[in-house]
Amino acid sequence: MAVPTPAAGGSATHDLDIQAVRKRYGAFAAVDDLSFSVRRGSFFSILGPSGCGKTTLLRMVAGFIAPDAGDIVIKGASMRGVAPNRRPVNMVFQHLALFPMMSVGENIAYGLERRGIKGAAAKAKVTDMLQRVGLPGSEGKRIDQLSGGQKQRVAIARSLVLEPALLLLDEPLGALDLKLREHMKVELKQLQAEVGTTFVYITHDQSEALVMSDQVAVMNHGRFEQLGTPQQLYYQPQTAFVAGFVGNNNRFEGTIEARNGEQVLLRTASGMGLWSQRVGTLDVGQSATVFIRPEAIEIGRSPRELPEGAPAWSAGVQSVLFDGGNSTVQVLEDRSQTPLHIALPLTGRLADLQHGETVHFAYQPAQAWCFPA
Amino acid sequence: MSTATHRRFLLGVLLAPALLWLLGLVILPHVELLVLSLQARVGPGEYAASLDQYRTFMGEPLYWNTFVRTAVMSVLATVITLLLAFPAAWYIAKVAKGRARLVLLVLCLLPFWVSEMVRTLGWLILLRETGVVSGLLQAVGLADQPVELLYHDATILVGLVYASLLFMVIPLVNSLESLDDSLIEAAYDLGGSTANIVRRIVIPHAAPGIAAGCIVVFMLCLGNYLTPTLLGGKNSLWFTEQIYTQFITRFNWNQGAAFGFLLLFLSSLLVWAGLKLTGQRFGAVMKAS
Repeated sequence: MAVPTPAAGGSATHDLDIQAVRKRYGAFAAVDDLSFSVRRGSFFSILGPSGCGKTTLLRMVAGFIAPDAGDIVIKGASMRGVAPNRRPVNMVFQHLALFPMMSVGENIAYGLERRGIKGAAAKAKVTDMLQRVGLPGSEGKRIDQLSGGQKQRVAIARSLVLEPALLLLDEPLGALDLKLREHMKVELKQLQAEVGTTFVYITHDQSEALVMSDQVAVMNHGRFEQLGTPQQLYYQPQTAFVAGFVGNNNRFEGTIEARNGEQVLLRTASGMGLWSQRVGTLDVGQSATVFIRPEAIEIGRSPRELPEGAPAWSAGVQSVLFDGGNSTVQVLEDRSQTPLHIALPLTGRLADLQHGETVHFAYQPAQAWCFPA
Repeated sequence: MSTATHRRFLLGVLLAPALLWLLGLVILPHVELLVLSLQARVGPGEYAASLDQYRTFMGEPLYWNTFVRTAVMSVLATVITLLLAFPAAWYIAKVAKGRARLVLLVLCLLPFWVSEMVRTLGWLILLRETGVVSGLLQAVGLADQPVELLYHDATILVGLVYASLLFMVIPLVNSLESLDDSLIEAAYDLGGSTANIVRRIVIPHAAPGIAAGCIVVFMLCLGNYLTPTLLGGKNSLWFTEQIYTQFITRFNWNQGAAFGFLLLFLSSLLVWAGLKLTGQRFGAVMKAS
């Protein structure tokens, strides 16, 4: 099998280079002039809502769709005109696409056979791979005898056994129930660290992307809104879309009333004044949007519980949304009647809040972000 | 009457027409035929139990040859039908979308709006010595005298395949439709070539549909009377003709009944052998058809 050899020099530290790739369907740009690289051995996620073009992008890397313009370079070799069965990448499909007419062992051996690896050598590789994904001795099982999590592992084993330069994963956890999904997140991350293969993972679930990835790209309308570590996306969102899509956020619209260095004061239509960190070149008079995370807001029954120096407000409790560690309280700020979500402290200190109680809250302007509207 | 017996009574009433049909038109005549086939005439109006009818079949090479020839030609027609129907079914199930799909299926069905007799006579108009095809061949200079295209084995096969296509296409479309496209993509992604994917993924998935289509087409060919007679003429040597001759021309019902049973045995045997050879289970095949 002719696997393209890396060009001399090349991008030695990158397994995947996307160079100005574009794909249009009529007037709709599914992928719009996108360029990025994926570091060797990293877990790279593309996070975006459905219809953002992430699946199109992944299928272009796999070779099922040809880009209209631009080039996809894998391990230094251009993939232009290379068919999917000749690319050094393998894909884990959304619904896994295990072959029901074959046993677990035959599923994993399929790719090996196509490369001419047969008999004892193939058998040893299959046994080893099943061991690695925690399913030793399952060669003879039928696919319908496996649980959801086991199918997942077989699908990954079937791809990894071919030792691809890149493993593409198309929302493979989507069909699992919540508990199993949480478990598989950890497993996938561990597996990736063990085998060291570069993973490119697409998902609409921000938690999957944040937990597993070294790098996350947030995609919207065929472009990357931001590319960075999960921490960067969460603590330093660069666009309003990222701030709204990654994690939870309170969102306020209004006009900039004052500016003090990099901090701006936004006045909402209801009259609430909020200081925040500006992103870009916002200035007085412009309309803008402020995002404040529920977990960045301090809350207490009395103003004395709040840190000194930050502006504080009082509010009436509307409802308590208890969800274990993700519990929030919905309040209405007293003067402007602005609704807000505030995270409850994990110590359980305010677990007994009741509807109608008065609370006080404050936040650090350095933890709030203001984007042009 | 309790609800349970009431229910059973209702079920009985609803099933009665089907059961009567099965008993009156399938089981009773076959029992009668079996009895007839095991009798021989010993004098005017006198019959005795005997295996003579089957002995005649064994002893007469013409019967034997016709029997084997019918089986071989039917298998051949089934294989050709499968090869022709598979790409068409693939196109209808996987490539065509929406309206185009419906139109294609109707196109497959269209010939069946005309009676089998008329369809076969249509072939006669096309293929006879003074027919359309012969005239066309002479007009373009490929033949210098009228060509007789009827009364060949190939002509019989053409007619049988034509009459059977629909019965192959429908179960194939059904079984190919349920094949998840991502399985094909996955196999392709893992390095599979087109030929390998067809062999390892598509055919195993469609196997129950293939078997169902083959069984139906094979039975239709084996039991066909009109097509071999009209298109093959005197040379056709189809086993159903032998049965017809015994019953109608010779008025030898005992011999005809024995031939009928031999044909039933032959078709059952070949279907069983086909299922065994391809490792298919009868239940799965029946579900597909």
